[in-house]
Order: sequence, then structure tokens, then C-alpha cells
Amino acid sequence: MKRPSRDAREAVLGSVRSALAGGQRGSTDSIPREYSGKRHVESLPDLFRERVAEYRAEVRTTDSSEAPEAVLGALEAAAARRVVVPEGFPARWSEPVAERHDAFGDSPRLSTAALENADAVLTTCTVGIATTGTMVLDHGPGQGRRALTLLPDTHVCLVAASRIVDDVPAALAELDPTGPMTFISGPSATSDIELERVEGVHGPRNLHVVVVGDV
Amino acid sequence: MRVALFATCLGDTLFPGAVRATLRVLERLGCTVEFPPGQTCCGQMHTNTGYHEQAVPAVRSFVAAFEGYDHVVAPSGSCVGSIRHQHGIVAEHSGDRKLSEAVGRVSPHVHELSEFLVDVLGVTDVGAYFPHRVTYHPTCHSLRMLRVGDKPRRLLSEVRGIRLLELPEAEQCCGFGGTFALKNPDVSVAMGADKTRHVRETGAEVLCASDSSCLMHLGGLLDRQREGIRTMHLAEILAGTEEDR
Amino acid sequence: MSGVDLGMPAFPDAARQAVRDAQLRHNLGRATNTIRNKRAAVVDELDDWEQLRASGAAIKAHTLSRLDTYLEQFESAVTAVGGTVHWARDAAEANRIVTDLVRETGETEAVKVKSMATQEIGLNEALASAGISAWETDLAELIVQLDEDRPSHILVPAIHRNRSEIREIFRREMAGSGTPAPTDLTADPVQLAEAARHHLRDKFLRANVAISGANFAVAETGSLVVVESEGNGRMCLTMPEHLISVVGIEKLVPSWRDLEVFLQLLPRSSTGERMNPYTSVWNGVTEGDGPSSFHVVLLDNGRSEALADEIGSQALRCIRCSACLNVCPVYERAGGHAYGSVYPGPIGAVLTPQLYGVESEDTASLPYASTLCGACYDVCPVAIEIPELLVHLRNRTVRERKGWFDRLSSTAMRGLGWVFGDSKRLGRAQRIASLGGRLFGRRGIGRLPWPLSRWTDARDAPAPAPESFRQWWERNRTGNGDER
Ligand code: SF4
Repeated sequence: MKRPSRDAREAVLGSVRSALAGGQRGSTDSIPREYSGKRHVESLPDLFRERVAEYRAEVRTTDSSEAPEAVLGALEAAAARRVVVPEGFPARWSEPVAERHDAFGDSPRLSTAALENADAVLTTCTVGIATTGTMVLDHGPGQGRRALTLLPDTHVCLVAASRIVDDVPAALAELDPTGPMTFISGPSATSDIELERVEGVHGPRNLHVVVVGDV
Repeated sequence: MRVALFATCLGDTLFPGAVRATLRVLERLGCTVEFPPGQTCCGQMHTNTGYHEQAVPAVRSFVAAFEGYDHVVAPSGSCVGSIRHQHGIVAEHSGDRKLSEAVGRVSPHVHELSEFLVDVLGVTDVGAYFPHRVTYHPTCHSLRMLRVGDKPRRLLSEVRGIRLLELPEAEQCCGFGGTFALKNPDVSVAMGADKTRHVRETGAEVLCASDSSCLMHLGGLLDRQREGIRTMHLAEILAGTEEDR
Repeated sequence: MSGVDLGMPAFPDAARQAVRDAQLRHNLGRATNTIRNKRAAVVDELDDWEQLRASGAAIKAHTLSRLDTYLEQFESAVTAVGGTVHWARDAAEANRIVTDLVRETGETEAVKVKSMATQEIGLNEALASAGISAWETDLAELIVQLDEDRPSHILVPAIHRNRSEIREIFRREMAGSGTPAPTDLTADPVQLAEAARHHLRDKFLRANVAISGANFAVAETGSLVVVESEGNGRMCLTMPEHLISVVGIEKLVPSWRDLEVFLQLLPRSSTGERMNPYTSVWNGVTEGDGPSSFHVVLLDNGRSEALADEIGSQALRCIRCSACLNVCPVYERAGGHAYGSVYPGPIGAVLTPQLYGVESEDTASLPYASTLCGACYDVCPVAIEIPELLVHLRNRTVRERKGWFDRLSSTAMRGLGWVFGDSKRLGRAQRIASLGGRLFGRRGIGRLPWPLSRWTDARDAPAPAPESFRQWWERNRTGNGDER
């Protein structure tokens, strides 16, 4: 493979340096951070549910004993038969799924065709953001590689209430920025036609969120 | 209170009625008003068109004429905006440190009429009477450069007999923009046409604003369309009293 | 600097056509109104918006003031996680690098995530001339590409098209480059989106090479961030084997934590949402997840030159949210094409002349394509003082341009400046004018000679007052004259 050109590198950096050399840029070292690091939220799960639902995602709330029922309900609503359950997804919640659906994992690695053929995928979530109604996936155990939550048309995401934070700053502080991540806020959507929002383009068109209260 | 009146070149030459009305309101409220004869223009047209160097004489004559007054009042948000925000830039451009310092001393004392009445004199009821249907266009530089907010509207709402009508999309620019009106006449007129359409929708007889320049543009369009809606400067409405009738 | 020929008439002429296009005016008016209101609503929800905005501006200003350091830091971070960093001085160099990289894979097609940087350098055209098809996958970009049109908005490149026009484009053009549109396609946006999904699906699944830009590049970690809505970004960043990202050097932020500011500012400013549907973050190559080869092309193309201008360099803070376009009354009426640049609207008017210089009539006309109303500054999430920049660039235009017309205007402005420099001269000019005023009475003037005909073509002009205020004051308030 061709090596990047050193000349261009030196030229760009040199030209940046000479641009900066002349100026009195003032003091740009102290960055004011007077925005709220924390937002006052009465109930994080309530706000989270409300905000997720506003994106036209289906939201269910349960405790851990009822969670499998809620998952089944979501899969049923989406008429999903073939369900991807990534390695590391908690067995106590996926077992009933395996009984009633054609459930399979990603090991051995699913082909693109097989993934495209799946109706739904079931994952956990690393952090939920209440103010913005966002789920962050870091694609670790229970979530799988990025393609798993991309090709099936339905994504059922379990969110532990204890993993919900108030807003973006708290979420980023929880995340480890060394691997891939996906922030999901509602089903895929576009506003490209007359700036009117339409749900469902390339990502999963159905997003079901199950908030589990007691974990 | 020693107050100097800055007529602005446009007010002085084309709209002296608005300047006389400003004088009348200020004197009625007890101000001793002077008209420093050395005044000319704020230089805005030059600065905003990119002719910073050619704006220097105007800035010089401005500080020479107005240095030392407690307050300088002008019936134009856009000229005051230019004085407070651009005179420093022009002076710095000229490289003349003395001029920069003079600008630093003078420009904080310069107020647009509604700012002066509400913030300095602390009045909103200026004793005016105007029994007509009026809609108010808050011009861009008053709104976004000087941040006068609702001061003009507060003044108008205290005018006796007035019927103040809400202008739809009031905060959108009217399309004047100084030399923009000549350099981009088509967009300028398109914007003005939308503004006058909104004015017509209110059913007002009078379109009021605090800048003669924007009123010149909108008035020119209304006249050309033979709308039968007249334009008046804020000062002209505030100047009228019941005794005048 | 690459002297790109924008191939467009200067702004005033292009805008003259645009304001007469009723369909365009209607489409733009409707779309910008919708998005303006949405933005205002979600921005109002945050009581710390101004503080976020101040931080956003400060982080960007700080990054730019140490850009060389952060670029090197970013380069080593990306290299450490298996990526390769390339540097491109200009558009031609960037295009050559990307073309070579695609060629090495042996592929002849690539899928693309919407990216302003690749549009700026004309990458699609460069790839096409090397026999490589680049498929745009963002819905609006797809519309523009199918129609062989040009984008007219940063965020919604097909904002100038309404739903029926889009339906026509899909029905006419889709078959030519893959899955055709369904024969019973209606203008319902849901159906149109569905048609795009089908059209692009096999391209995504087949593609081996993806080309993207990035909204942010984190120097500390080497992470890249793409903020999107449709999932086409996720498709491109995840499915192909090879990923090439073209990133302007101003896209850097120092640390991961800085994103906590921008991920609040950007979605609310651009699509008027609390958060956009999908944000992807990736670091180099991840074993078993996504592309196995990753290249970043760091693009200068005039940016370092803009950086040298202390005032103008503010424009490099831009996060391309497009809020300034959506509130701009000039953009709303002239449309994006009139700016003759991939960067239209207020930000385009300050960025394009800095990237390409003001030698051409086209770029020199852009700083004048504004009334300086200031609406853009108020909404800009990184507080770029666009009106100040416009005035600054007008001054640069005046200083650098020396054509006959420029000299003529200059002489006129000098003359006026001379009059305004002295009250006696102004008084004399007013006395002459007021003679004219007495002639006209208080009637408006319907017709004036060029260049003032540009005023009176559509507007009456006021006649000079028969007596200036100065004359009135002299008569009534000086000496012993009585006030009348
Ligand atoms: S200039 Fe500001 S408002 Fe305009 S696109 Fe850039 S960041 Fe957004």
C-alpha cells in the first residue's frame, strides 16, 4: 500500500503554523464550562420513557420478573420470527424468546444475508440519556457488532433503569471512547422531504424499548 | 441634563420631520437639547460596504462634534448600532490611537431614542396621543445589535388612542440593508414585498419603525403599490399630543 | 489554493432568477419556516443554551489556536488504533489520494455518506473520471445525484425540491442506476423514503468501499463522529471492508469530553431535534466489527490560509448545522444555488471567499449577499459573528479588487466620504438637494437614473426635504430666529 506523503504533511502543518505565528489570538486556554453539568430531573426513567416515545418508538416498562413478557410482546408486535440474540445477552431474559422464536447468536459469525434475513435483534444498552431519549450502545457483550442492530428491521432494546442518566455530559463520562459506539434516538428517520420527519429509512424501522425498573 | 441630538445624515437631509419630532419629545420631557453643528454622518454606509478607510472622516467628525456630552440621542437604531459597534473597528483600522481613545470615550454615551427614553429617563408614557391603527416593525439593528427588545412597543402601548396591531413575522428583516438595496435589488424587494404583505394583513393605517432608512424602503414599496398605508417614525407618533388636535 | 471555477453568475444575477421562481420560493419558504420553528422550540427547552454556545465557541477557538498540535496528536492516535492518516494540501491532492486508495482495493464503486468536504473538493467527479462510481446514500443527496442537480443546502441538499418533484425524479431516474422506483409510487414522503430504502439496499450490501466525512474528530482518542438520521451513515461506516474519511482540518476537538457540548448544540441547531436518530463513533479498526481498513484524509484546501486572518478564521469554528441558512431572509428568497458554492447562505458568504479568494466576481459578490440583519449570529451554536465577518470581507474585497467598476465605486465612495467628513460640505450638498426637494414637493420620486434606478425600479424614492433639519435649526434655534 502507498505510504502517505510526508511532503503534504509538512506543508499543511507548516502552513497552519505560519498562520498561527502572526496572530494575537488572545487567551483561548481557559474554556468556560458554565452550562449545567447536571439537569434537575424528577424521575429519570419517566423522562426517558417520555422522550423516547416522542420519537415514535414503542416503550414498555416492567420489572425484571416481567421483562421476558415485555420482550415477547415487543417481538409479537413486530411479527418477528427470526431473532438475533447477541452473545452475552442475559439468559434469564432471552430464554422465553428462544422457546417461542427462531433465536440465534452471532457465533459463528452470521453472513450479511443471514442478518438481512433476521426479523429482529435483541440487545442491552450501555447508557440511556433521559433528556434526549437516547440509548448508547458500546457494542460489547449483549449488544454485538454494529451490523447486528442495523440490518434487522426491528430492534428491541432493554434498558436498565439504573443505567439512565440525566443528559449528554453524564453519559459521555460513563462511556469508554476507545471502541465503536452508536447513539440511538428513535427509529431511523429523515427530514429530507420538505423538512417533514418520516420514520424508517435504512436502519431498523421499528424500535421497541423495554425499560426494566429494578436493575 | 445636557443632551446632544444626532440627526443622522439621512434624517437631516431626507426626513427632518422625524428629527424635529425627536427634539419635541425630548424637550417635552425636560431635556435641554443641543444640535452640535459639526455633526455629519455615522459612516455606516461606508463601513458596511467595506470602505473602512473612507469612513474615517465621518468617525472623526462624529467624535469631534459629540465629545463631552452626557448623552447623545439619535432617532436611528442602525446609526447608533454602527457608532457603538463599528466606530472602534474603523478607528483601529485607521491606526490612529487618539481616535480609538476618543471613540472609546464617546460611543458609550450614544443612545437610540427608545433606549434613552426608557433606560435613561425612565419613562414609557411620554404623554402622546395618536388615535390610529398602527403596526410596529422592530428593525434589525435595534433588535439584534442594540438589543432594545420591547422598549419601542412599550412606549407605543402607552400612547393614548392608539390601536397597536401585531405584525406577523415581525422580526424578519425588511430587506433594506443599506447598499444591499442597490447591490441586490431583487432580493431586497422580494423581502420588502413579504414585509409589506404582512403589514397589509394587520389592517393598520400606519407602519411605524425606529429607523428612517427601513421606512424609506418599506414606504417606497407601499407608495409604489399605492397601498394607502403611511410610514411614520416612532418619534413622530410619540411627539403628537392631544393639544395638537 | 486551488482556483475552483464556481461556474456561476455572481450572486445578484443568480438571485434575480431565483426570486422569480415561484415554486422555489414556495418550497424554500415552507421548509425554512418549519425548521426555524422546530429549532426554536428545542433550543428554548434548555436554560443553559447560551452557556453551551459560549463553550462551543471557546472549544473551537482554542482548538484552532493550537491546531498544529492537535492535528499531530490526532494523527498519532489514529495510527495507534490501526488507521492511516493522509494529508492533502488542496482538492486535487485529496482527490488523488482517495482515488488511489479506492483503486488499490480493486473496486469500481463506493457508497458515500453525505459529506461537505467531499462535495467541496468535487470528489464524485474525480472518481467518475477514474472509472469509479460513487453512490450518494443520504436521501437528499440521492435526489440531487439522480437529478444531476446541485445541492442547495448544507443539511438538506434537495431543500429546493418538493415532494411531487422528488417523485418525478425517482420515477424517471432510479432505474438508470439500480433498483427502479415502484410503478405506483406516490408523492407521500413515507413512500418516497421507502423507495430510497429499496433503491439503496443492494448498494449497501454489495459495496466494499465507503467514503465518509466526519462531524468531529477527537484529537485525544483518534475517534471520528458522524451525526446522521437515516442510518445510511451507519450502513457505510459498518458494512464495507474499506473506509475512507475525508476530514477538514478544522473538524478537530481536543478531547472526548468536549463532545458533551457539541452533541447538545448540533442536533438542536440543525434538525431541531433533541438528538438526531443516529450518532456513530469509531476509532480506527475494530477487530470483528466493521471495516478492516481505515484511512483518514486531512484536508486543508484553503483552511490554513483562512486561519491566518484573525477575524475571518472564526468561520472555521463552523459545525455545519445550517441554522444560519434556515433563518437567513436572503437565503430563503435566493435559494442555495445563487451562492454558486457548496456552502450557501450566511456561512457560505463568509467561507467561500476565504477558501477561494475574492479575485472572481462570483466570490467577491458573496460578502454583499446580506442585509447584515444579524439573525445568523443569533442562532449560530458556535457564536460566529457572521455580520462582522461579512463587513470584514467586504473591506478585503474593496482593498484587493481593482477592476474598472471597483475603481468607479471607490471614487464615488471617496467623494461621499469627503462630503460626510465635514459639516460645511454636507450643508452645501443639502442646500443643493433641497432645491430639488422643493421642485418635487413631498411627492415620492418614481424614476431615477442608474445606479439609483436599482432603487426606483420597484420602489418610490423620497424627495429631499425642502429644508434640512440643519437649516431648520439654524433658522429657528440659532441667532434670534423664532421657532415656528
Ligand atoms: S455558521 Fe454557525 S449557524 Fe451557520 S452552519 Fe456554521 S455553525 Fe451552523
